[in-house]
Amino acid sequence: MNVGFLFEVLIGGLLAGVMYALVAIGFVLIYKASGVFNFAQGAMVFFAALTFVQLVKMFGLPMWLAFPATLLVMVAVGVATERFVLRPLVNQPPITLFMATIGLTFVLEGLAQLVWGSQPHGLELGIEDVPMEWLSQAAGINVSQFDLAAAAIAGVLVAVLAVFFQYTRIGRALRAVADDHQAALSVGIPLKHIWAIVWAVAGFIALVAGLLWGARNGVGFSLTFIALKALPVLLIGGFESVLGAIVGGLIIGASEKLAEVYIGPYFGGGIELWFAYVVALLFLLVRPEGLFGEKHIDRV
Amino acid sequence: MLYREAGQFRTSYAEDQRIFPIRQDRVAIALLLAFAFFVVPAVASHYWLKALLIPFLILSLAALGLNILTGYAGQLSLGTAGFMAVGAFMAYNFELRLPELPILVSFALAGLCAAALGIVFGLPSLRIKGFYLAVATLACQFFVLWVLQRVGWFTNYSSSGVISAQEIVILGHTFDSAQEKYLLTLAIVALMALAAKNLMRSETGRAFMAVRDMDVAASVIGIPIMRTKLLAFAISSFYCGVAGALYAFCYLGTVEPEAFSLDLSFRVLFMIIIGGVGSILGSFLGAAFITLLPIFLNLVSGFLSHAFGVDVPHAWLSNIELIIFGALIVFFLIVEPHGLARLWQIGKEKLRLWPFPH
Amino acid sequence: MTADAAFAVQAQVAAAQPQGLARAVGEPILVVENVSLAFGGVKALQDVSFDVREREIRAIIGPNGAGKSSMLNVLNGVYHPQAGTIRLRVGEGWREFHDMDPHEAARLGIARTFQNIALFKGMTVLDNIMTGRNLKMRASFVEQALWLPRARREEYEHRRAVEEIIDFLEIQHIRKTPVGRLPYGLQKRVELARALAAEPRILLLDEPMAGMNLEEKQDMCRFILDVNEQFGTTIVLIEHDMGVVMDISDRVVVLDYGRKIGDGTPEEIRRNQAVIDAYLGVSH
Repeated sequence: MNVGFLFEVLIGGLLAGVMYALVAIGFVLIYKASGVFNFAQGAMVFFAALTFVQLVKMFGLPMWLAFPATLLVMVAVGVATERFVLRPLVNQPPITLFMATIGLTFVLEGLAQLVWGSQPHGLELGIEDVPMEWLSQAAGINVSQFDLAAAAIAGVLVAVLAVFFQYTRIGRALRAVADDHQAALSVGIPLKHIWAIVWAVAGFIALVAGLLWGARNGVGFSLTFIALKALPVLLIGGFESVLGAIVGGLIIGASEKLAEVYIGPYFGGGIELWFAYVVALLFLLVRPEGLFGEKHIDRV
Repeated sequence: MLYREAGQFRTSYAEDQRIFPIRQDRVAIALLLAFAFFVVPAVASHYWLKALLIPFLILSLAALGLNILTGYAGQLSLGTAGFMAVGAFMAYNFELRLPELPILVSFALAGLCAAALGIVFGLPSLRIKGFYLAVATLACQFFVLWVLQRVGWFTNYSSSGVISAQEIVILGHTFDSAQEKYLLTLAIVALMALAAKNLMRSETGRAFMAVRDMDVAASVIGIPIMRTKLLAFAISSFYCGVAGALYAFCYLGTVEPEAFSLDLSFRVLFMIIIGGVGSILGSFLGAAFITLLPIFLNLVSGFLSHAFGVDVPHAWLSNIELIIFGALIVFFLIVEPHGLARLWQIGKEKLRLWPFPH
Repeated sequence: MTADAAFAVQAQVAAAQPQGLARAVGEPILVVENVSLAFGGVKALQDVSFDVREREIRAIIGPNGAGKSSMLNVLNGVYHPQAGTIRLRVGEGWREFHDMDPHEAARLGIARTFQNIALFKGMTVLDNIMTGRNLKMRASFVEQALWLPRARREEYEHRRAVEEIIDFLEIQHIRKTPVGRLPYGLQKRVELARALAAEPRILLLDEPMAGMNLEEKQDMCRFILDVNEQFGTTIVLIEHDMGVVMDISDRVVVLDYGRKIGDGTPEEIRRNQAVIDAYLGVSH
């Protein structure tokens, strides 16, 4: 077996994993703060990317302006979601909220295509998807410049989020809410605002993920499937842990690529559709609460 | 005034525990069935039968299957279409490879194959709950479609991956007109709905609901959690499998695996949310609603272009449909989590008292 | 229902039970030996031993956090102790367990109620109580789906048995109400009914009277005593109301910080210095 090639596949997988992790973090954030498994995260990625692309293409906005404009739209989506979906469903069982977010998924997908059309678009961020020459020459390993840049952006984003959660007042409030809604409410944390903020932050993450994935695969309806790829990441990492999302993303990304290259040919290819799920399910049989999820003792 | 149960005394537990304890309900359901069996085939057009009533009945059956699992046993599944696909392709293969097998037996065997797969994908439910389980059932959806697309045996090595359902022959009679297919579907769906109702009002149904409402308490009174959950997956998948077989044989005719995409799973899930989670009647109401909504929207857009000269582009229509579906789900979850079935029940309560306010 | 009618029904129920009015407390039926249970670093139970005799009413008392509920949860297998054994008399012999499985416990005739009511909220009172009979039903799900004679017969027969319990606990008027809509006191009664439906040999009651007003408490006391007398059911109960405990129980176990600090008749417990200290809060 060619070790260099193995490394190349592994690194490619890990970098793709970072991109999965990016989507997964959007889920984790909302789950932590509001206990909602937001199935609409993929639709949000699609919505954000499509909005951004069309602002650039249809309205000729420069990218540096389109970014905050799209962000504004995503904040509006977050606030509206809080107002019209979450607030009326407060204190409902989590599974009800989950189903509501499936409804939200359809609304967002329909809305995005209704407003911006259902044509797929290319997206050029100015980072080329070519192997880095110096690395190719020095080690004989091809690693995409784009992948590396995307991973770096994702890394920075995670770091910023970590600082935001750890050191700001809003971050502390968020953590309090995640821990116990009732208790947070009783010490005067405005739950409504917090939820709106969390959904807005999730919208921001969706935008970044949408741009990176969109630049890679094009901005089209298929972006919504990215979320489905991120779900096994959550199974492995647990719904409650940002760190879990990152590690889970890396595991999924790497194992998926390795499987695709080394096992795939025996199955006739295309196994990346479900391989991640199988990995995740096997994981679950060993650790039902995920890698970093919290273990709950059933009290009766 | 018509809907009054005064004077109807139940003097035995058998009478109290029948499916429709109130006489008027029994009359109504008998009339409805008579209408569906005798009047509809005579008056309904080919389009109505083929494009509306048959899919409505089949999707009702699938919704019923999902409702058994999600509504009664409390295990959320996003893999409904996967189980339907298994039913469709296995029925095709049973007919193909064992032509002497009566078609109804093929349907039942196909249902059993789906049930077996249901048990396999139900196994994670023993360790994981809620969201984790919902995501696990997604795996089933993807895995089944992938296998059907990749393993040639299932599609008889058809190069396009498309299969053509065989003719339906029962006791030497070929069911090929829309009327005949409608009647066959109706008969199967009616019988299976009755069986589901019986099951849900007996020990099995109570065990399902007990596990749904509080699994620790269920195990403490001796309900075996593992067996109950797996049984729910098996029965539910059996229903979905048979629905899938009917979908292929009575509705589509030619089928490719993509016909059973995640989108169909969601559609069926929407049916039970809108129709009523944990209600047999709700499965039918929800299926009717979701089947009729696109047609209603088409009518509205037709009306708009006719009356105001406003042409709604087709692409818009499908997106508006998505938005309306989504918004309705949220609306029902907020306003009436028990769906149309609950509204129906409230209506009946009102009718019992009408015209007196109390 | 008039008092006479109620009495008549109870008499019927009593007559249906062969053991009748035998109130004599018998030999030990359940023995707990050196049970220890910990959650992570928290020691919920430490080396607890006691026995329960046939047909007695055995109370477990103690301050909050003493490990009472944990003890019941060990008895019917919801929690698994790290050490110790549980012995249960089955027929002529004994079955020894290191830990119990809830399902196994139910099969061996242990039923229970919970401190925070554990009813099936989406089901009617009748269906809730019917679930208590699940172990006695034999028809397969296929028979039920096809509504074959055996399945049908079982439904009707068990309904009859459940109706007797409904009469016994005087909850006829709510039998078709979803339990989620009932007030607290009635829910407690329905939970007792569900436990009784299993016709248990041993009934574990976790604070059956918590949160009730005086009248409801009196009713519940009467039901517990009636169950014990008429069906000969052995009862293990946790209760905070000392008056109730001293009135109705034969023997009392006292737990404090997961240890047993007293065991004996109510009279003995009343005089036990360790118990008095625990309740009055002598510094440790």
